[in-house]
Amino acid sequence: MAEKFDVIVVGAGPSGNAAALRLAESGLSVLQIERGESPGSKNVQGAILYSDALEKLIPDFRDDAPLERHIIEQRMWVLDDDSYIGSHYRSNAFNQAPYNRYTMIRSQFDKWFSERVQRAGALLICETTVSHLLLDGKRVIGVMTDRQGGEIYADAVILADGVNSLLAKKAGFHPELNPKDVALAVKEIHFMPQELIEQRFNVTGDEGVVIEMVGKITKGMMGTGFLYTNRESITIGVGCMLSDFKSQQITPYALLDQMKAHPSIKPLIEGGEMKEYTAHLIPEGGYNAVPDLYGDGWMIVGDAGMFVNAVHREGSNLAMTTGMYAADTLIELRAEGKAFSADNLKRYKTRLDESFVMKDLKKYKNMPDVFHTNPQFFNDYPEMLSKAARTMLTVDGVDKKSKEREIGRSFRQRRSLFGLVGDTFKLWRAFE
Amino acid sequence: MSETTEAKKPAGKKKFELDDRLKAYKGIWVFIEHERGSIHPVSLELLGEGRKLADHLGVELAGVVLGAPGDAVRSFCHEAFFHGADLCYLIEDPLLADYRNEPYTKGLTDLVNKYQPEILLLGATTLGRDLAGSVATTLKTGLTADCTELNVDLDARSLLATRPTFGGSLLCTIQTLNYRPQMATVRPRVMAMPDREVSRTGRILEDKLGMVESSIITKVLEFIPDEMQDKPQLPFADIIVSGGRGMKKPENFQLIWDLAKVLGAEVGATRPVVQSGWVDLERQVGQSGKTVRPKLYIAAGISGAIQHRVGMDASDVIIAVNNDPNAPIFDFAHYGIVGNAMTILPALTDAFRVHLATVRKAG
Amino acid sequence: MHIVVCIKQVPDSAQIRVHPVTNTIMRQGVPAIVNPYDLFALEEALRLKDQYGGRVTVLTMGPPMAEAALRKAISYGADDAVLVTDRVFAGSDTLATSYALASAISQINKDLPVDLVFTGKQTIDGDTAQVGPGVAKRLDMQLLTYVSKVRELDVEKKEIIVERRSEGGVQVLKTSIPSLITVLEGNNEMRFATMTNMFRASRYPVKIWNKETAGIEDVTKTGLKGSPTVVSKVFAPTPRAVKAEIIQCESDDPKELSVTLLAKMFTKYPKLEKEIAKRAA
Repeated sequence: MAEKFDVIVVGAGPSGNAAALRLAESGLSVLQIERGESPGSKNVQGAILYSDALEKLIPDFRDDAPLERHIIEQRMWVLDDDSYIGSHYRSNAFNQAPYNRYTMIRSQFDKWFSERVQRAGALLICETTVSHLLLDGKRVIGVMTDRQGGEIYADAVILADGVNSLLAKKAGFHPELNPKDVALAVKEIHFMPQELIEQRFNVTGDEGVVIEMVGKITKGMMGTGFLYTNRESITIGVGCMLSDFKSQQITPYALLDQMKAHPSIKPLIEGGEMKEYTAHLIPEGGYNAVPDLYGDGWMIVGDAGMFVNAVHREGSNLAMTTGMYAADTLIELRAEGKAFSADNLKRYKTRLDESFVMKDLKKYKNMPDVFHTNPQFFNDYPEMLSKAARTMLTVDGVDKKSKEREIGRSFRQRRSLFGLVGDTFKLWRAFE
Repeated sequence: MSETTEAKKPAGKKKFELDDRLKAYKGIWVFIEHERGSIHPVSLELLGEGRKLADHLGVELAGVVLGAPGDAVRSFCHEAFFHGADLCYLIEDPLLADYRNEPYTKGLTDLVNKYQPEILLLGATTLGRDLAGSVATTLKTGLTADCTELNVDLDARSLLATRPTFGGSLLCTIQTLNYRPQMATVRPRVMAMPDREVSRTGRILEDKLGMVESSIITKVLEFIPDEMQDKPQLPFADIIVSGGRGMKKPENFQLIWDLAKVLGAEVGATRPVVQSGWVDLERQVGQSGKTVRPKLYIAAGISGAIQHRVGMDASDVIIAVNNDPNAPIFDFAHYGIVGNAMTILPALTDAFRVHLATVRKAG
Repeated sequence: MHIVVCIKQVPDSAQIRVHPVTNTIMRQGVPAIVNPYDLFALEEALRLKDQYGGRVTVLTMGPPMAEAALRKAISYGADDAVLVTDRVFAGSDTLATSYALASAISQINKDLPVDLVFTGKQTIDGDTAQVGPGVAKRLDMQLLTYVSKVRELDVEKKEIIVERRSEGGVQVLKTSIPSLITVLEGNNEMRFATMTNMFRASRYPVKIWNKETAGIEDVTKTGLKGSPTVVSKVFAPTPRAVKAEIIQCESDDPKELSVTLLAKMFTKYPKLEKEIAKRAA
């Protein structure tokens, strides 16, 4: 006798956990299937936790969630080969509880989140892969797993199986991932004594710092680097569009090694000991890459739905939020006695459109294209800005007005007036 | 062995007093293992170690031989004397012809209860481990397995048994303070083989087993010997060429075999390589494989992780070839070449071939 | 037929690192797994169950989180699982552990007589291989270690014939049951769990026994008190004083590097040169 549940959630990452938690709390029977050995074992993230999204699911998460440091300072750097221009923002407001952002270690966080999900009554089975969806015509009626006797039925299946979602592809809901819609990011965690972190980054106790970087570290490819402080370690990483890696023939690890050797970055990681390195794909195609998100008996949440705001590096909060919306949609429908049909599940998309999730994605929908086809933002501008700063900051007897004129001239020379205006327009378009 | 990693009773901090009834236990015993006519070399290695402990404590070193009646067992006693024992306890009985847990456990525990040694050492072989666990439980005493180092704390008159823990990442020293005898097993080749001096003599003390066959439940139906040809003899090899995951592909392992051939060496490997099926399990060197003590150990494509290191770092000379200049193996090898094993090994093979040909011509 | 399989949950020692500053073991984040050697024992027991019918009970002594290891065993097909857990067991060495396990097996035996006890060869965290023999002794069972194969089993006549790995060959032994067998690795492969068993494992109510329910008669024989051995020191292996001499040449040519290496090495170790030259090419 095959088992049947109200809902099957495929995946035990943040979006799957959010959905399963909500569903279980409302009394629906939920089965969560995870292909990794344990929740989180297949997941990789920077990682930053955005409190807002988690608070809506687990208001008291701060009591026992494994959190590293709360972020009080954000640094944004534009790097040249041997210099950077940056802006730092540190505020005491960020140091008032309840804190808004934390660094976290995903393996521990996912484990904690999953425990909550199971406590709420969801059944979790790991080390099991869902090989395909069971269909009745176009309606999804369950899943087939890779184990003997592996058919399981449900009224709805939520696909929370991540950026590489094969299920959606197999069922035809999702086209093949395009390398220009996906970034490959690599990161390393370096063990570093607490006191050293505190001294070096000017923090005390549980305070933390986040550094986001762009510029020549990505060798003209569209991408960003980052450095986060954890309690006893730092995370350093870089990611670029997969299509760029392919065309430039640079390996991500080579890129990270060069970044680590940058004269402004090297001293920050000195004295650390490499603990682990990982790589993962990040769906960064944005608004234009979002697939169909629902149908008869199915919904897509999290990375599988391309819900990542690459500009602001938000992914895990979108994952949790979309998981929550999907669950709430099902709960509502069940309470109203309605079926999980495509017509009825439309309200999931509506909810998304009306929320910051789609609004933010829409805002930045031109971003990937603009930056992808304009490498000057990653090469020329960092160099020009660096030169400009060096010129202004070097005291050498030349008067300031001449210096400014010189900077203006070098900008125009590099990009031409036409190019400069064009670049400004493009930036405006990307961010509008 | 205790599972915790904190010191429970830091030895030496307060003056430790041995129970009176245990003070009577004196002497170091080494169980002399033998099967089908030959002594297992580990027993001789243990005699070498036991001699040091006995001298330190000022007590006698004894061998313990259990076996079928005949000349063989007596010759084993003499071998024990040649390797340092002062005396040998002997039980001869047909029931002891083949190893079985029950009669051997009874024989050894009876001897222990009668003559009361303070330390009892056995080799960590399949027989040794089978026997030691049963004996220790019968005697309700402490047993420390796979020791890499044995010392004594003279104040507490206590055996300090050091062994790897947590996969070899760390070492720990274990004591059996208020129980006797203090038992320990040691793997073959971990301790050095002592010199054999045929002029040494000792005395033999005989005892009876006191069992009848009908009371022994386990019977040996047959013994199927392994096919001996081509069986690698890694633990006693003088030269070993070993390969690890850095060799990248099973085909590349041929380079290891080539170098070994020129040197007349045995071929060894790390656990991942063995698990991938590139070479036989018998060639595995390391904590869960064999311990080796060759005069020359060449490690190619081996990172030098602790689990492998503990199996070979007693080698006289170690050459390491690895692509990664930060590989831990360079911390304890004698010579290192940073480079691609696939290009270095053939060059090394040629260099050895040429050099040895020259030396042979000259010599 | 009723087989009890003793298993242990251990940290995956392949992933254990030493804290570079404090020199202690970094257990955090190291996944806990079923001792790999125990899986061979479990699979062997399950095969006998397939062949002869009966039940397989898995037993472990450990902290509450060891429950996960028992569930894993259920997912492979074990029928029942017992976790013996109590604060008094903390700090147990192998003698104290075998006492607790033996007591638990006696209790299990009261509900359903035990014909065989299986254990793995050794654990990857303690690797002493002492608990199996210890349990056998306490339960007055015949001990068969390093068993590579069960040739015959006659539950009615209470006889078993096994192949046991010995130095230089295989012993074929016959003994009576109940007996305790430590199973050699590599002679079987754990089956892939069925979906039904995965569900069962997820929902199975593991029997949790404390010292009373486990039938411990003498608490002083458990935990630290019952452990003759104590760990008096834990330390990192001392780094060798002198690191390897890295052979370097102007050219980086493998040939040159090799020749330089041999020149240096044989100058320093002339005896070694003679040793090697002695051997046939």
